[in-house]
Amino acid sequence: MVNMDFVNAIILLLNYIFVPALAYGSQLALGAIFVTLIYGILRFANFATGDMMSFGTMFVILFTWYFQSVGISLGVFPTALLAIPFAIIFMVGYMLIIDKFVFKYYRTKKSPPVQLAMVSIGVMFVTQAVVRIIIGPSDRRFFDGEKFLIKAGEFKEMTGLNEGLAIKSTQVITIIVTLILVSTLFWFLNKTKTGKSMRAYSDNEDLALLSGIDPKKIVMTTWIIAGILATIGGALYGLDKSFKPFTYFNNMLPIFAAAIVGGIGNPFGAFLGGYVIAFSEILLTYAYRKFFMYVLPESMEPDGLIQLLSTDYKFAVSFSILVIVLLYRPSGIFKGKVL
Amino acid sequence: MRKNLNVIAAYSIMMGLIILVGIFQSWNIALSIFNLCLISAVMTMGANIQWGYAGLINFGIMGFTALGGLAAVLISVDPVQEAWSAGGSNILFSLFLIIAMVLAVRYILKNYKKSKNRTYIVAAIIILGIVIIRFISEPGIEAIENVEPAKTGFLGGLGLPIIFSWVVGAFFAGGLAFVIGKVALGLRADYLAIATLLISEIVIAIIKHEDWLTRGVKNVIGLKRPAPYEVNLQQTDWFIDLVEKFNTSKLNLITDLTERQTALNQLVIEGSSVFVKLCYSGLFLVVVIILLILTQKALYSPWGRMMRAIRDNEEAANAMGKNVVKQHLLIFVLGSAIVGIAGAMLVTQDGLFTPGSYRPLRYTFLIWVMVIVGGSGNNFGAILGGFVVWFLWIEAAPIGLYLVNLTTAGLDDTHFLKVHLIESVPYFRFLMMGVGLLVIMRYRPKGILPEKIEIK
Repeated sequence: MVNMDFVNAIILLLNYIFVPALAYGSQLALGAIFVTLIYGILRFANFATGDMMSFGTMFVILFTWYFQSVGISLGVFPTALLAIPFAIIFMVGYMLIIDKFVFKYYRTKKSPPVQLAMVSIGVMFVTQAVVRIIIGPSDRRFFDGEKFLIKAGEFKEMTGLNEGLAIKSTQVITIIVTLILVSTLFWFLNKTKTGKSMRAYSDNEDLALLSGIDPKKIVMTTWIIAGILATIGGALYGLDKSFKPFTYFNNMLPIFAAAIVGGIGNPFGAFLGGYVIAFSEILLTYAYRKFFMYVLPESMEPDGLIQLLSTDYKFAVSFSILVIVLLYRPSGIFKGKVL
Repeated sequence: MRKNLNVIAAYSIMMGLIILVGIFQSWNIALSIFNLCLISAVMTMGANIQWGYAGLINFGIMGFTALGGLAAVLISVDPVQEAWSAGGSNILFSLFLIIAMVLAVRYILKNYKKSKNRTYIVAAIIILGIVIIRFISEPGIEAIENVEPAKTGFLGGLGLPIIFSWVVGAFFAGGLAFVIGKVALGLRADYLAIATLLISEIVIAIIKHEDWLTRGVKNVIGLKRPAPYEVNLQQTDWFIDLVEKFNTSKLNLITDLTERQTALNQLVIEGSSVFVKLCYSGLFLVVVIILLILTQKALYSPWGRMMRAIRDNEEAANAMGKNVVKQHLLIFVLGSAIVGIAGAMLVTQDGLFTPGSYRPLRYTFLIWVMVIVGGSGNNFGAILGGFVVWFLWIEAAPIGLYLVNLTTAGLDDTHFLKVHLIESVPYFRFLMMGVGLLVIMRYRPKGILPEKIEIK
């Protein structure tokens, strides 16, 4: 019986902490790699991150609607997966246009990073306006197909446990897509010539230019990768939760936190940083009462919720972690650029 | 005189625009735009001190504004006696414990050498302290929040006139800035921006969710006013006489007595709200002028020159024996304190405190657009930026509507594109701000009124 309780406790943690945090962490990780690439190669903090992601997601939604209206679907999978490649084309186009008309000028002038960050605020305002004008500010759900991979009830029946384990198909899709995308990216950065020259450029611009690396090509590749990451990251978040421009703008904050915690300029750090932020947010704000009820003997059962912080402080957790990291290890946990 | 010509011209155009709004829309709208312009001007002066004088990026303006607003609540609301007797002692004891904890940590940091053990002890004190404080404060908080939750449910304030909160708001914001500055000012510019942005979010989270202190998202409404109430004014004889005197020619046209009386009543109602807004304008104007004089004096003093030297070349200034770290901290605190004043003024004007309304776009990024557009480093520029940007922010919707109607004039009124565009008119303000910021940064990077550096 004690053994059963223990299994129940584990399932409880899996259901409410591990699976949601893994999915949320993957979404943050994609955004954080986006931030870190822009920071490492184009050398500025991009305050338009959240809005660029919402811009890409907007195209995913528009294409999804179009496909739905003409009757194309992927069966059990969400139609949005089919829409993503088309959305990426538009997103990359938008980014290259912005780069040509806005960022290029400051880059060739070698303006200080602060000025580029300010410019990105201008881009943020414009992107936000465009998104709201095209698709409106309200909440949109564009998920279709099979909602659950495992339903809580079925799981209970199958195993005979008290606790159910529900796994949403969006969570699985998020995790799988993230893993494929990130491993492709690391392969690209570490094994191909373009990827290597990108890293060289990020490491030491002058030296890279001296050895004949074409900066235009580097910048363009960076924006293309950034566009892919932003669109897919945004679309996965929107599939899992819902799409609302304001939420995307706010997501910029934990994404920044993830990028800096992982060591800004270091893509692998940003990837792990996303999970660090997601897990700490959920671990610190989860009420462990039920967990202890399973694990502890009856006489020691807790009265309160056993919650370290109220869920209202979810965002505050990631920011506090960031502040602590900045204080004690400004280059991030996994050694990014030294400040 | 000549060299100030562009300043005078710019301000006259701005004033002319506001007067035009008064004539074509209504004086009520014109005055409320003007009042918020003044408040924005105070905020931009604060941000300008940090960015323009010293080159520090503060993206935490929202947090300092909210703290100023909190000050307005804590000063002006009457204390809730029941809540104090229900949980006041617990809260006070927790406060005492927090102070003791901070002092203990400080003592250890000061008197022991840096070592692993010291770090562990400090961490242990903090964790233990938080647990004990939660244990003590929890029942108190619960008791306080249960006192008439629909009406109060918080400790209330001191019951003093709300004007005092403008000073207290400055102290609150300055205090927080001191702590943040101690922690974060060593960071590189863009990291400072991100750190302050996130810290301000933490401040908002606390204000939103600590109901015993701020009522949280339940909002505090009906704050005291430093100006008379419209309803009282409408029944005061001297005010009715005043309105009558202003409108004699208009009223004389009406011969019928009862009709005349209703017309007068209408004018009194309109006049009362204009009069109240004028009172606020007067108060705000005094603050803006005092701050302007002080900041101008500071800018052209030896201290101002030192700040510019630090901004333009930190290492050289350091080599000349200037304490860069100390000056940065000082200016960070001063600028944030000014923003705190603005926050208190804002809540005073609105008469309500709504923690949910503090959003970074409106209270951080918009203020930055004001500073950049107006002209960083130049106080007149910063104030002008506050005016121009706020004016456009409000008038963007009518302008957008006009433009939409102009460009889609050929389309049918029910055409889906036209309907959609008219619905999205409110978002043209974002577009306008973004394009405005980009254009200014590209073609006039020093702003409308650039910084003047006179070397004598």
